[in-house]
Order: sequence, then structure tokens, then C-alpha cells
Amino acid sequence: MESTHHAHHLPYDAEASKIGMWLFIFTELLLFGGMFIVYSVYRYLNPEAFHLAGEELNTFIGAVNTVILLVSSMTIAMSTSAIQKNDIRLTNILLGITLILAVVFLFNKYFEWSAKFSHGIYPGSQEMLGTMSQGEILFFGLYFVMTGLHALHILVGIALITWTMIELKQKKIHHEKYDLLENSGLYWHLVDLIWIFLFPLFYLIH
Amino acid sequence: MSNEKHHIVPYHVYVVILGALLILTFASIGITSIELGSLTVAAALFFAVIKTYLVLIYFMHLKYDKPYIGIMVGAVFLLFIVVIIITFLDYLYR
Repeated sequence: MESTHHAHHLPYDAEASKIGMWLFIFTELLLFGGMFIVYSVYRYLNPEAFHLAGEELNTFIGAVNTVILLVSSMTIAMSTSAIQKNDIRLTNILLGITLILAVVFLFNKYFEWSAKFSHGIYPGSQEMLGTMSQGEILFFGLYFVMTGLHALHILVGIALITWTMIELKQKKIHHEKYDLLENSGLYWHLVDLIWIFLFPLFYLIH
Repeated sequence: MSNEKHHIVPYHVYVVILGALLILTFASIGITSIELGSLTVAAALFFAVIKTYLVLIYFMHLKYDKPYIGIMVGAVFLLFIVVIIITFLDYLYR
């Protein structure tokens, strides 16, 4: 087939689209990177308090969420192979699974945060200010800001995957043009990457 | 516009990588539950770095993309490491 059928469409360049997404991902990496540096400096200055505060977090729920994100990363990665093989049905199923796993992640986060709130642990709470040391307050401050910003990225990811599924249904995404799917996938893997560091730093290191 | 052939990654590659990522996750949970002192942080970060590498190379397709994307990603991580080193040089020797 000759590639002369791009007449009435806007010029489409998959590589340019991907580079744009990567440049955005770089800014995201540095945004979270800055927070990781703040975390490591405060951890270095308050090792005992971070140790104590870290034991308050539920490793089990953190591990479950890690598995959920890793599996969802795989399903969205598989969907790019499926669309390249022009298997629309499988692409749709894989994106659907990714979407469900993303929602389950947020549910877990909701229960985890509610448990903390009911124990009086939330930014600015009287109980924290009254009973905790400066280092513990810093730990929970960073915990809420970093996992909160990460959860916000999960929400954006859910919106992106939904948009991708709508365009797939409208046949705007197909085996010759799937940059939106690919870029949503890159974004979702970024969310996974950040969690790969958040999980050990907050839940595992005591 | 170039219409070059894309490399289609077989599904089983993703399954194998997921398996490796899960094993590394449980290994890092296991190793951090042992009291190793300051080595715990190093061990947890070591596993996280390997997992990051696998996600970047296979899930994010750096292995199959043109090399310049991977070089840019490497440059961003290098920048990040340099900033960490400079920050800690300040805190350690002030």
C-alpha cells in the first residue's frame, strides 16, 4: 500500500507526539524528584522520628496497591501490542482492566487515609501537634503531600484512559494511529514508576 | 512522513516482566522486614532502581524506540542524581 492517504487529515507524526509526552514526563519526574530530595534530607535529619512514624503505615495495603499498579501497567502496555495487531476488542478489554485497577487503587487509598484521619492523623490535626515530635509531623506531612499528589495523578490517568477508550470506540484510534493510546500508556507507567519509589520509602523502611 | 514498521512486542514479554517486577516487590518487602540497620534503605532503593529500569526499558518501550529518547531519560536521571549529591554535600559538611 502506498502511503498517500493522508489528504484531508491534519498532519500526524507519531514520533513528535511521543517526544512531547516524554518532555512532559521529564517535568513530572523532576517535580516528584524534588519531593524525594526533601524527604531524604528530613529523613537524614530525623532518623528516629521517621522510623517511628513509618511503622504507623499499613505495609499490607501498600503492597496490595503496588501489585495493582504493576498489573495495570502490564495491561496498558499489552494494549499497545493489541492495537498494533488491529485487535480492537482486546485493546478495549485491556484498557477496561487498567481502568478498573486504577479505581480499585483509589478505593484502597481512600480507606487507608480514612483510617489515618480517624486516628487523628491528618495535616494540622490537634492530636499530631500535641503528641508528635517535629520529625513525625514532617513524615506525615510528606506522606500526605506525596501520596496525595500521586493519587491526583491516578485521577488524571483515569481521565486519560477513559478518553482513550472513547476515541477507540469512535474509531479515531486504530492500528495506524494510536498515539493517544501510547501516550496514555506512558503516563500510566510514570504513575507506576513514582509509586515504585513511594512504596519502599514510606511503607517499607522502618 | 516516515511510515516505518513498528516493533510489536509479544504479549508474553510483558507477562515475564510483570513476574520479575512482582518477585522484586516481594523481595524488597522481605529484605526490609529483616533488621539490617542503614543497609535497609540501600536494599529497598536497590530493588526500586531495578524495577524502574524494567518499567522504563520494557513497559515504556525504550528498548524499541530510537536511542535518543533513552539518552534524554538518562540525562534527566543524571541531573537528579547530581542535585541529590550537591544537596547532601551541603548537609553533610555544613
